[in-house]
Amino acid sequence: MSEAIATNQTILVVGGGISGLTAALEAAECGKQVVLLEKSPSVGGRVGQLYKYFPKLCIPTCGLEIQYRRLKANRNIRLISMAEVTDIKGEEGNYNISVKVAPRYVNENCTACGECGDAVEAEFDDEHNFGLGKRKGAYLTSRMAYPQRYVLDPRIIGTDDAQKAKDACKYNAVDLEMQEQDMELNVGSVIWATGWKPYDAAKIQPYGYDRFDNVITNVEMERMMDPFGPTGGRIQRPSDGKEPKNIAFIQCAGSRDHNHLKHCSRICCMASLKQTTYVREQFGDEAKSTIYYIDIRAIDRIDDFYQKVKEDENVSFVKSKVANIVDNKDSGNLILNGVDTEGYNRYANEHDLVVLAIGMESNVPAGVFPEGTAINEHNFIDFDPANGGIFGAGCSSDALDVNRATQNATAAALRAIQVVNRVAGQEG
Amino acid sequence: MSNLNQAMIEKYRSSFLNEVEANVEEGHWVKMCMQCGVCSGSCPLGPHWEHPPQELFMMIRANEREAVLKSDSMWMCTSCYNCIARCPRGLPITHIMHGLATYAKRLNLVPKKQPTAEFGQMFWDSLSKNGRVNELKIGVGLYFKDGFAQGVKNAMAGRELGMAMMKTQRMNAMEYFGGHKCKDTSGIQKMLKKAQEFEDQQITRFDGKEG
Repeated sequence: MSEAIATNQTILVVGGGISGLTAALEAAECGKQVVLLEKSPSVGGRVGQLYKYFPKLCIPTCGLEIQYRRLKANRNIRLISMAEVTDIKGEEGNYNISVKVAPRYVNENCTACGECGDAVEAEFDDEHNFGLGKRKGAYLTSRMAYPQRYVLDPRIIGTDDAQKAKDACKYNAVDLEMQEQDMELNVGSVIWATGWKPYDAAKIQPYGYDRFDNVITNVEMERMMDPFGPTGGRIQRPSDGKEPKNIAFIQCAGSRDHNHLKHCSRICCMASLKQTTYVREQFGDEAKSTIYYIDIRAIDRIDDFYQKVKEDENVSFVKSKVANIVDNKDSGNLILNGVDTEGYNRYANEHDLVVLAIGMESNVPAGVFPEGTAINEHNFIDFDPANGGIFGAGCSSDALDVNRATQNATAAALRAIQVVNRVAGQEG
Repeated sequence: MSNLNQAMIEKYRSSFLNEVEANVEEGHWVKMCMQCGVCSGSCPLGPHWEHPPQELFMMIRANEREAVLKSDSMWMCTSCYNCIARCPRGLPITHIMHGLATYAKRLNLVPKKQPTAEFGQMFWDSLSKNGRVNELKIGVGLYFKDGFAQGVKNAMAGRELGMAMMKTQRMNAMEYFGGHKCKDTSGIQKMLKKAQEFEDQQITRFDGKEG
């Protein structure tokens, strides 16, 4: 790319989730030049996959819409989607960033009319729904996608489907000749906000996520609740589509565990408490929720939410980390084995759906940052003078809920602004 | 920190916990248990334990010295290592169980007729006397450990296996009369005696007031 889009007074924000968007907007609204990179075809990140926020139980897309509006209105931000940082060299005030931009195969003529999606036949697991449903080979990542522009799955390139998509487009937006591009950026400061991914539940072998249909994760439950999601907004058992009546939530599934993630993921207690309200919302008194926990970590103002959930007669709590799960092959039900801590009673409780409160695994990559960058044992970027002008934001700096992630991102923006202001001062 | 706080911490940090940390192999890990219960739930013999590991750890912290050391529970461990593999805090639970059993044995607090303890004693006696284990004697000893009548019953039940082993020369009845020894029995006995001295030196005496 020959066009100069960045200088050493530019702030680079990597990751277009809620933290990256916030950091980019805060810096841009202070008048700074910002380049915002997003690896996937759309910004929005994990927040776009949630049904409701705790503790207010409001709809996350509302907050995202506000950020999108600010983004569209701001001339100081340049958003590049499908872009991934491969290398960072240099020092505070002068970084050279290598970026790889994957081909979208759809240009800016796209009106998101959806004709290409209708024409294409190939279907793939829908990443937005954690594989719970399928999507076409030409698709919009979600209804909240921004930019509102289709993308072709690279797996259909070179097949008849690609040509079908091109033929279906009335606006000449499908461009099958697009190639991967390499880009070099010169920036003053880097805000790293690549967020988190749900810990791979199949690794928690005694819980049998890979063996039992009716063991699901908390993020999958969020997708089930989406009215436009894979189940049309219904909580159901993957094995037979039936409504569950007796749901178990298992806390610390992969978190606070020396064999998995050592850190406390912080959000999962509140996520499960929140999801018991989904169960009540959908089934009223017809379904029961049981939370198996080591300790409930609902701190300060969110403790009120915990107290409220505790008052619900259909929600019960068992102080015990479940030791293992076996399935009842006839019913598809699951038997949870363990010993509780309040009395040391051995139990074998049957439930018809098990939700694993999966933890947050940091997405901070290896081999990209300059040598000596302080990345801790949990793979989060520390706030450390050794990092120069590179700052972690949101869940790249710690396991955080949305509220704390945006606060953290704002702080990162302020630090990055200080760096580029120093550069501007030196250069006059 | 106020004196009251210090006092409360000391009260919580029981003298028995101190004792376990000083004298039990891997005992310093006991304070790290977060009471999640995965060890107890994962134990294949769990239903047969009076106190699962998680409860034993809490009892140690609660100063239940007698109840822990006289317990049968840690003797039930078969060293399958399920608990160690799954403990979220990485506690070497199997080793702690063996450490507690060893310490209880040293203090003469083992429950009477505890089969694992009885077997262990037989094994040790045989080994330390001859420098090698006499398998036939241990086998017969185990058969008859609950009295002569029961011993005959046990022997009758296992006679086919016994005959087959003799036939294939896996077992020799003559071993019962002395059995073969190692080359330098007295040398081995000296080594074991010295090792015992070292072990004894490491043990801290507790009168229950420390901590």
